[in-house]
Amino acid sequence: MTESLPIVEMSDISISFPGVKALDGVNFRLFPGEVHTLMGENGAGKSTLIKALTGVYRIDAGEIFVSGAPTRLNGTSDAQDAGISTVYQEVNLCSNLTIGENVMLGHEVRGPLGINWRATHRAASEVLEKLGLGRLNPRAPLSSLSLALQQLVAISRSMVSRSKVLILDEPTSSLDANEVEQLFTVMRRLRDQDVAILFVSHFLDQVYAISDRLTVLRNGRFEGEYLTPELDRSSLISKMIGKDLVVLESLDSENAVRDHRHTDAPIYRATGISRRGAIEQLDLDLHRGEIVGFAGLLGSGRTELARLIYGADRIETGSVELRGKRVDINSPASALSQRIAFSSENRRDEGIIRDLSVRENLILGVQAKRGWARPIPRKEKDALVSRYLVDLNVRPADPDRAIKNLSGGNQQKVLLGRWLATKPEILILDEPTRGIDVGAKAEIQERVIALADEGVSIVFISSELEEVVRLSDRIVVLKDHRKIAEVANGPSVTADSIITTIAEEGMTDTSAADDDVKEIA
Amino acid sequence: MMSDTTPSIGRWFAELARRQYFWGIVAIVVLLLINVLKDPTYLSISVSPTTGNLVGNLIDILRAAAPIMLIAVGMCLVVATGGIDLSVGSVMVVSGAVSMEFLHSASGSVGDAFLAFGLAVLISAVLGTVNGVLVAVVGLQPFISTLFIMLAGRGLAKVITGGQNTAATNDSFRWLANGYVFGIPVVFILALLVVIAVGVLVRRSALGLMIEAIGMDPKAARLAGVNRRGLLFTVYIFSAVLAGIAGVFGTASVMTVDVSRTGYQLELDAILAVVIGGTSLAGGKFNITGAVVGALLIATLDKTVVFLGVSSSATPAFKAIVIVVLCLLQSERVRQVFRQRRASRPHTPQKEVIPA
Amino acid sequence: MSTTTMRQHAPVRAESRGIRNWLKLHVDLLPTLAAIVIFVAMIIYGEVAYGRILQANTLSNLLINNAHLIILAAGMTFVILTGGIDLSVGAIIAFSSVSGVLLINAGWDPWLVMGLMVLIGSAFGVTSGILIQYFNVQPFIATLAMMFLGRGLAAMLSTVPERLADDSPVRLLATNFKLIDGPKVNDLVITPGVIIAVIVVGIAFFVLHRTRMGRTVYAIGGSEQSAGLMGLPVPRTKLWVYVISGTLAGLAAVVYTARLGSAQNITGIGWELDAIAATVIGGTLLTGGVGFVLGSVVGALVLGLMNVLITRDGGIPPEATTIITGCILLVFVLLQRLVLARRRE
Repeated sequence: MTESLPIVEMSDISISFPGVKALDGVNFRLFPGEVHTLMGENGAGKSTLIKALTGVYRIDAGEIFVSGAPTRLNGTSDAQDAGISTVYQEVNLCSNLTIGENVMLGHEVRGPLGINWRATHRAASEVLEKLGLGRLNPRAPLSSLSLALQQLVAISRSMVSRSKVLILDEPTSSLDANEVEQLFTVMRRLRDQDVAILFVSHFLDQVYAISDRLTVLRNGRFEGEYLTPELDRSSLISKMIGKDLVVLESLDSENAVRDHRHTDAPIYRATGISRRGAIEQLDLDLHRGEIVGFAGLLGSGRTELARLIYGADRIETGSVELRGKRVDINSPASALSQRIAFSSENRRDEGIIRDLSVRENLILGVQAKRGWARPIPRKEKDALVSRYLVDLNVRPADPDRAIKNLSGGNQQKVLLGRWLATKPEILILDEPTRGIDVGAKAEIQERVIALADEGVSIVFISSELEEVVRLSDRIVVLKDHRKIAEVANGPSVTADSIITTIAEEGMTDTSAADDDVKEIA
Repeated sequence: MMSDTTPSIGRWFAELARRQYFWGIVAIVVLLLINVLKDPTYLSISVSPTTGNLVGNLIDILRAAAPIMLIAVGMCLVVATGGIDLSVGSVMVVSGAVSMEFLHSASGSVGDAFLAFGLAVLISAVLGTVNGVLVAVVGLQPFISTLFIMLAGRGLAKVITGGQNTAATNDSFRWLANGYVFGIPVVFILALLVVIAVGVLVRRSALGLMIEAIGMDPKAARLAGVNRRGLLFTVYIFSAVLAGIAGVFGTASVMTVDVSRTGYQLELDAILAVVIGGTSLAGGKFNITGAVVGALLIATLDKTVVFLGVSSSATPAFKAIVIVVLCLLQSERVRQVFRQRRASRPHTPQKEVIPA
Repeated sequence: MSTTTMRQHAPVRAESRGIRNWLKLHVDLLPTLAAIVIFVAMIIYGEVAYGRILQANTLSNLLINNAHLIILAAGMTFVILTGGIDLSVGAIIAFSSVSGVLLINAGWDPWLVMGLMVLIGSAFGVTSGILIQYFNVQPFIATLAMMFLGRGLAAMLSTVPERLADDSPVRLLATNFKLIDGPKVNDLVITPGVIIAVIVVGIAFFVLHRTRMGRTVYAIGGSEQSAGLMGLPVPRTKLWVYVISGTLAGLAAVVYTARLGSAQNITGIGWELDAIAATVIGGTLLTGGVGFVLGSVVGALVLGLMNVLITRDGGIPPEATTIITGCILLVFVLLQRLVLARRRE
């Protein structure tokens, strides 16, 4: 790689929001013909930096140079004019239009009679061809494509606008290995055409597979810029987390495998449940006092399965037995009345109700279960609220504060309180520890174990496999919306062994390709 | 130490001043003052020597406010769920048409008055159910569902009366709108009782919390086990029944249903009252007291316009402008301007959590 | 990384060009085709049941009497395509026509006034657009406010029918031109109003399908956020659609006033429903992103023909028309939801 002039240089960038300094004197350089990965934990400032570069946020201090010239970016169109295009995690295309229309939107070929559609589609085909997507029919509706291909179509838009800088914000989080490889092929092609690519991903393997250079952010500060081959994984992680690796390992190795033996009949038994596009037919048993972990990558079906159990999505085939009796759980309300509770992974949008107080958020579950006509008496309500605020160590323990003003960890505790107040016999926790601080995380983990000891049947879902392995008595491994294994936890089970299970399963399986073909038909 | 000596009225007043409907009260006072400027005796209330009833402009205002209060409270609940009910005016005319058409062919007995009232409420509940089905079960946007009833409802009223403005006589029914109890108009007392009943029901039960929850965040509310469908049903039926009662009040005073004028454009009044009361059209937190204040303000405004001799046809235009202004005040852009101005003063700390 | 073959996700270029294949690529056309089928079926039914439907003068009258609705529906198509709604069009017509007639009767130059009438519509559209785009007021609230404003202003001007002088040049727009002189009164007739409607539809079609602005309209309807992130001029376009709708409402006021020769403050009550119904029947999704202006024309004609059939039938009270229109709208909206649900599966 020649050390040419950077196409983008951001120097000493600061952005603050009321109360928080999101970026504090951050430097960032991007060279033509390189893939540059931005690394950092949640809240490190990655997305803020990207939004500054795409003109969504205005910078408070610092300067941005594009091709050496100082540039002000006051809006997404400014960034696009400067030759910067962005592809976001959720595909930002218009699914009501065709592939070709999406590729060319805003750059249609015009003639004397307005848009020349023949030429426009031809141009779209050429662009797609260049990225190795020549087999796509530009006149087909975008909605007929898989998410991965839609992402590639979004990337091809940057070719149309002849962007010199391409930002890929977590494009791989919902792609499977093949699709990631496909994406990387396209990225390499673009890099060879001297496009500068800013890449964000949480998957270390991918980062080391594709990127030439790394910039690490932590807590809104610049940690350093490195050539990828010169920084090994463990030092990268410690730079991201800002802790010594030794400390990290000791924190993670705390093993809490409990002595759990179930002899009783399962409290929950699902036979052959499925839902199209979410879960393929599977059986599942849950026992009292047992922690069952759902392991699998994002998009493997772990959340979908949880939602089926809770009735948030309807089960299409199969049957469910609860305490030995057949039941039909078709809504969250019916699940609650059967004493099943579910804490969503999406705390912001599906968990807390931001404008309600802590108290109201906490009692909402119990109240919903009772129905609006039977309000909880004042005294009982106060007792309930203060009990859980103390019990779960919510800070500040002020029930009248709007929940949006609490930290993520405390919001999560209030939500846990909401579900515990409904006295669940089955409690499904989807990513209860994501994006919260270490202290709160430990408290929640302890609480989970205590609950299981009290006899609650717990489903624990986390993208951190280590956490799943540490807590679970039994682990259900999911992949591509199927259950591929179920293992009783023991000394031989580690995060690595689970990963091996997931990885090897894919090698021997060839039917997946057929399934995908069916999906299109 | 100073604060201890200030009477609690001061604190109560400070609390009141922070509510948005405070400005509604201010506006009512200002309007009344304008009227007093024109006629110093405007506010005087006298006791009619013949009937012993209270007479005066303020009493007229209360009477006029009654139907608006009812539809405003219904609208307030609907708006809190994140919806809107454009059909209230048309439900009023349908309810009025049904009761008039029934009384027209019935005797003038008290029983018939009750039946007419019951029928009116029943047909309103049916219309509310249609709204509820369209919004809660079919999942149509509320404004489209209720726009359909708004436009088709007036047609329905015309079909019921055969295109006529049906009149009828029934003294008990008429008493509902024109009678007095303890010298105060029956309509106002009834409306107030209904509103208080609704208010108590909503705040004492968990209905209010549930409505706010689905208005603020439907997805999270559903996952919390809140029965959104049932609540929407309840709320739209509520709104329609309240509008139906308002329709009875509206027609009983003249004992005639005017198929093209009864309830016409009253959805505007209801929306306006709700917005004046501080309930955001985006849904969520609602304020029934505010909606009542809004209704009183609108009634005062209507009477003032007539009293000042301005053409009453101008009021809808004026109300539309007020709605626009209030919407502007609620909008983020305008608020930011205010916030910036306030933030430039040093002593107001602003705490806000930034989106992650 | 892996040696597994790349999967064939994509719809491979169509080799067999059958009707099914064509339909698969043009699912969006289905509702519009359905509207055409309904229109033809109504004509056949009318011809069989009442007679004298399928003849030149009935069809000419259908066009002449619905020219204003076609213009309105064209404007409404723009708005609904972006996922918005315009409830103010009926009231705009009332205010624009009443003020227009009053000005002309007060001696203003009729041609200037006609221009003014159109501009009144634009002014309402600009106001709605600014409220919606820059102050985040929901479209139906903003346009509802404009609806009441328009009606209120019209009522302030006059509450009685205001007649145009018989020799007013405005009436020229409603002059009948015989294209084909048929037997007896069965002539193929056209008026300048109809020509205006046709031109409007033509321009609307061109703008929607052959300009970048039109594509932006569709993109906003598909996903406003995506459209913004793709760098399309979303705010400007959203403002424009309301200006277009308002302006066309003003134009419809001119055409309608010319035909009727008078104006009143209650003119156009419920026309927003007609315009929305025409648009939706013609295959435009209420949620935006999918639809055709030509479909809206068919929708307007379906509604017009329905009125003709109701009149011919005589058994249905004219008061029921709004109920029937509402029900038709409802049925189509429900059908849309079904189709959408299907497509999502």
